[in-house]
Amino acid sequence: MTTAISIRGLEKTYPNGMRALKGVDLEVAQGDFFALLGPNGAGKSTTIGILSSLVSKSAGKVSIFGHDLDTELMAAKRCIGVVPQEFNFSQFEKCQDILINQAGYYGIPAGEARERAEHFLRRLNLWDKRNVASRMLSGGMKRRLMIARALIHEPRLLILDEPTAGVDIEIRRSMWQFLEEINAQGVTIILTTHYLEEAEQLCRNIAIIDGGQIIHNTSMRELLKELQVETFLLDCRDVQAQAPVLAGYPCALVDDHTLEVQVDREQGMNGLFTELAAQGIQVSSLRNKSNRLEELFLRLVDGNAQKGVA
Amino acid sequence: MNYWRNSWVAFTTILFKEIRRFSRIWPQTLLPPGITMALYFVIFGNLIGSRIGDMGGFDYIDYIVPGLIMMAVITNSYSNVVSSFFSTKFQRSIEELMVAPVSPHVILLGYTLGGVARGLAVGLIVTLMSLFFTRLQVQHIGLTIAVVFLTSLVFSLGGFINAVYARNFDDISIVPTFVLTPLTYLGGVFYSINLLPEFWQGVSLINPILHMVNAFRFGILGVSDINIGVALLLMAVFVVGLYLFSYRLLVRGTGLRQ
Repeated sequence: MTTAISIRGLEKTYPNGMRALKGVDLEVAQGDFFALLGPNGAGKSTTIGILSSLVSKSAGKVSIFGHDLDTELMAAKRCIGVVPQEFNFSQFEKCQDILINQAGYYGIPAGEARERAEHFLRRLNLWDKRNVASRMLSGGMKRRLMIARALIHEPRLLILDEPTAGVDIEIRRSMWQFLEEINAQGVTIILTTHYLEEAEQLCRNIAIIDGGQIIHNTSMRELLKELQVETFLLDCRDVQAQAPVLAGYPCALVDDHTLEVQVDREQGMNGLFTELAAQGIQVSSLRNKSNRLEELFLRLVDGNAQKGVA
Repeated sequence: MNYWRNSWVAFTTILFKEIRRFSRIWPQTLLPPGITMALYFVIFGNLIGSRIGDMGGFDYIDYIVPGLIMMAVITNSYSNVVSSFFSTKFQRSIEELMVAPVSPHVILLGYTLGGVARGLAVGLIVTLMSLFFTRLQVQHIGLTIAVVFLTSLVFSLGGFINAVYARNFDDISIVPTFVLTPLTYLGGVFYSINLLPEFWQGVSLINPILHMVNAFRFGILGVSDINIGVALLLMAVFVVGLYLFSYRLLVRGTGLRQ
């Protein structure tokens, strides 16, 4: 397995004394689609800032595709494309110029830069905005422009810090599709997001960071297995006066048409539907009460907070 | 080989971006100094100058033309870099450069030579404007070009350092208003220091702009209040000193990296 990112004992203490990272160890394999999740202030953006040379580390070792940030910074930088959380391009420059200039910073001559800019602008549906100043773009277009800019030098590793924040669902899904395509072409992707559905859909492996430390690092599949109990909302066809008693399935009435039922992983769903049928309750639809990953995430972070209190 | 080729492409990208920037907003960058200097030529050169008589053996307007050209070069070189680099920081588009494999030398040269380009462009405009009011005959062309280039470079580097330390827009106007303008007006643009009492002549020699203005005046008119060799040495020392200081700021990420 070739390692895209290797982080050992990474620490960051800001000048105000705040310890943002307290010895982070992390490895991301080449070709992975990796989620780095954590609550606000957990250390995600600091970690990404250090990987992209925007934040200086206080201690630890970081290498990108074997290039140590301390000794081979330029080679490491060549491997990375970064899509930051906040818009960070000149508001007065045209979209196409932003991409061509960024290519120039990587030593790509103007002619080739123009071709690449056209390719990515077309691919991300921004070609008709190529001569528009970036400040005139909508939020979703700005996000796509940042993705195009991050890819202009064809990096092996793409780091996305909340790339779909404030983007409508249609554009978000088209961005997911695009990211899956470039991942399939071999680009390693690291994603931070507050939309856990996004992480569950896209990422194969996941690390959860909290309080400046990695508290969980596993594959998405293994992580979801840890969810022993799922909560479902059942929409009933008829009015329910009270919550029915379903043997082995704790049930509560949400409103006169909706039941909330907890299902243990070991039990499965068949027994539940047998119970419901026995009581003459007809279910028209069902859904998870919340995203599965979201439930796990909250449990892990809450558990970590309680450990800290203890 | 690739390193040099990539660095050259990155350097030209920054430089041309800077030239395009000040050219695109020419009503803010190139036109005002032309108009201001034309007013100086009319008021100080023609109207008041005709009553002043000779200065250093020349008509007053001929005497002040080199100083006014230098004044325009100094203020525009400085303000181009300080405003451009600070707004790059302010909009966070500096991160585009910081994540890329661009050497601090390339960033520094790109921005400062962008400032030099604007300084020289404005200097050329003012020079052409002056031809409506006087006949300009350059005595030492090589020296004139060297002095204007070095002066522009010194103040571009100064603007860069100011931008690195600046935290808000007030910080980028303090130095031009309270340091550059007084030093320029007291730097022999409008008068020869021989008119001053001996004590103030000595004080004036501390002002580096006096040496630059006089060296430039010597290049054009062939007269100077100061030693040209000392002036050139002073400019070279300033260029090297400010360059090394700016480079150190960039390497350390002062004002740029957390």
